[in-house]
Amino acid sequence: MAIDSARGAPDVHELDDPELIQLLTPEGERVEHPDYPLELTPDEVRGLYRDLVIVRRIDREAVALTRQGELGLWASLLGQEAAQIGSGRALGEHDMAFPTYREHGVAWCRDVDPLKLLGLFRGVNNGGWDPAEHNFHLYTIVIGSQTLHATGYAMGVQRDGVLGTPNAGATIAYFGDGATSQGDVNESFVFASVFNAPIVFFCQNNQWAISEPLEKQSRIPLYRRAQGYGFPGLRVDGNDVFACLAVTRKALEAARTGQGPTLIEAYTYRMGAHTTTDDPTRYRLKAEEEAWKLKDPIERVKAYLVRNDLADNAFFEEIEAEAKQVAADLRKGCLAMPDPGPMDMFAHVYAEAHPLMTEEQEQFAAYLASFKEVSS
Amino acid sequence: MSEVKQFNLPDVGEGLTEAEIVKWHVAPGDQVEINQTIVEIETAKAIVELPCPYEGVVADLLVPEGQTVDVGTPIIAVSVSGGDAAPAAAAPAAEAPKQEAVPAPDEPGMVQPDEPKRQPVLVGYGVKPGATKRRPRKRPAAPAAPAPAPQPNGRPQPVDKRVLAKPPVRKMAKDLGVDLSTIVGTGPAGSITRDDVQAAASRQQAPAAAPQAPAPVLRGEEERIPVRGVRRSTATAMVSSAFTAPHVTEWLQVDMTATMDAVRRLREMPDFAGLKVSPLLLVAKALLVAVRRHPMINSSWVGEGDSAEIVVKPYVNLGIAAATPRGLLVPNIKDAHAKPLPELARALNELVDTARAGKASPADLTGGTITITNIGVFGVDAGTPILTPGEAAILAVGQVRDMPWVHEGELAVRKVATLALSFDHRIIDGELGSKVLRDVGDMLEDPLHMLVWS
Repeated sequence: MAIDSARGAPDVHELDDPELIQLLTPEGERVEHPDYPLELTPDEVRGLYRDLVIVRRIDREAVALTRQGELGLWASLLGQEAAQIGSGRALGEHDMAFPTYREHGVAWCRDVDPLKLLGLFRGVNNGGWDPAEHNFHLYTIVIGSQTLHATGYAMGVQRDGVLGTPNAGATIAYFGDGATSQGDVNESFVFASVFNAPIVFFCQNNQWAISEPLEKQSRIPLYRRAQGYGFPGLRVDGNDVFACLAVTRKALEAARTGQGPTLIEAYTYRMGAHTTTDDPTRYRLKAEEEAWKLKDPIERVKAYLVRNDLADNAFFEEIEAEAKQVAADLRKGCLAMPDPGPMDMFAHVYAEAHPLMTEEQEQFAAYLASFKEVSS
Repeated sequence: MSEVKQFNLPDVGEGLTEAEIVKWHVAPGDQVEINQTIVEIETAKAIVELPCPYEGVVADLLVPEGQTVDVGTPIIAVSVSGGDAAPAAAAPAAEAPKQEAVPAPDEPGMVQPDEPKRQPVLVGYGVKPGATKRRPRKRPAAPAAPAPAPQPNGRPQPVDKRVLAKPPVRKMAKDLGVDLSTIVGTGPAGSITRDDVQAAASRQQAPAAAPQAPAPVLRGEEERIPVRGVRRSTATAMVSSAFTAPHVTEWLQVDMTATMDAVRRLREMPDFAGLKVSPLLLVAKALLVAVRRHPMINSSWVGEGDSAEIVVKPYVNLGIAAATPRGLLVPNIKDAHAKPLPELARALNELVDTARAGKASPADLTGGTITITNIGVFGVDAGTPILTPGEAAILAVGQVRDMPWVHEGELAVRKVATLALSFDHRIIDGELGSKVLRDVGDMLEDPLHMLVWS
């Protein structure tokens, strides 16, 4: 066998990896997995379908608003809905999530008003929601750094001594395949491992780190990296909302009960661009997108609902109408978002008053007031 | 109660300052919905489809296709009925004069178009200055349908010259060789129907036989054109070539179906992003491979009588005959034999563009070793090309068209083209010429041969 000196031996990435955990096939057929039994009521399945459809619609509207100049940027979650809704719906009341800037679906599960997600991208605020109120941290733009924050938070929960009690909360850190190449993520793995932190590392492997393919991130499947740090890692079909739900539930429960961290690699695909400033046709083949289209996360749930007579046309139309209304409200709310005043920049720098900043704040207020005198 | 709202070109990519209007998807008078795709624009980073922010009727397209405009310039006016489609803040006042809304230079937060540095961005890569000209992808059809020029008064042109016809009708017209723009449609909204096309085709077929009343013939004077420039040098070259080198021309019909498939697949590869990949590229590659197998075809007859020599070139400067406004030019690609396929594609694109623009340098036009003439672009099948002086062979490629063909023992419709190879019979015998032509044909019938032989 010829070995290329730059690439080395052929890689071992295969979607049909025997380790891939799947509970719902792309055709909408339910399959059982011995380690991940999952019982869902028809209402719960319909609820997941509603979540998936609505977050996709929210995402589409935000992309359109960006194209119309109403937002400065948007990172589309298209194709990753199941990974986000599955893991997001697994979260309990006390669990805390640390997102990247793409976790719009998880935000939806944490009851963050979609409109609040837009503030940062419209440039009117630096976050827009109270992380403590929703147990959903602010979006983090820097790649991978939230895994450190999450690990620290998890170690804090551990020190609160609540693990194993009903008040126990696990921490979940979201990141992408590209982030696994960052030092921050690797440091998080080390700390989480040696301190047995109650954390779930949820990696949405969407195959592309902007324009860099997975083969430039790792020679082994990403989930196997966990083994090197000393905690379990597993790969789940990231387009299968059932499997993502079951796998994340189990990992969160392990964290809450003091069994330490888990790495979940949700194997999925970014169907859109990295962000609205990116053009994927410059680096990837159409055929690849077409192949992933057949594994759409929403279509398989719809097929499952129809196949098992759990939903009729009226239901699907109702969800469609609701999604449309959410999008219309989002558009209206976005266009009406007020611009912040110049003094607002001081509002969230420190939790409490700080003498130096108070002084600067007063100076700046006086400076602004000087214009008023001149103009009057 | 309707109101006209304008949509200003947004910055769709973090600090971009301008974009080119590539293609309009709507025309004045069209009904549009919120988020309906109205236009494709090309920025320094990407081709982007813009969704419409308003619901209503398109009143005017304010920027023609092909024009690059600054961010903030109004590009479309939409007549919005009712008042709640979008808040007033999102659009300038309806009465605003239709002039380019260049942001005031001292307005805070506005991007200065001539900012000299790479702009910092939030996520991903920044924009390099002057990088807006990325690649001309998805060229807007052909220059045959010129984009409507902006009217001085800013009003839409009354008639969009675009022809209305359904795709099957267009296909039929194409197959019958009928130019749709010459037909007056009788279908709904003036669209062209099958019957219209058939009628036009039958008129075309019997133009002379038609006993129409002879129109009064207006006769001007004979035109006398001085023979200068390219025409003169072409004439000299043709005469010298035709009367010094004894020409032989051989023909071969080839099934190009596999080549056309290969071309389509190459187009999708990122290596060819932004490049025009045509069947000519693979014909050129096939000829280069054939030269490698039969170097003598790439040679030149030098001197006369006893001192005559045959010079076999160890390199290939591949000439491409190009019809330009100035006349026939044969610029050549230097060291074409050493170029990887994407490089060859780029060279082909640039070569012909440069020649057409009248910018071919003398170096581009001399030193060729073998030539391809793509007469297929004129819609003909074959010819007997005359050698470029000093070269031993020239390959003419006819049009690729659907033809009945025996494929795997059955009659099938295949993409067939005719190749014609003329060669200097002083140097090249019928055997060698035939082998070269056969090799080129084999490679085009099954491009895998190129791998085997290169």
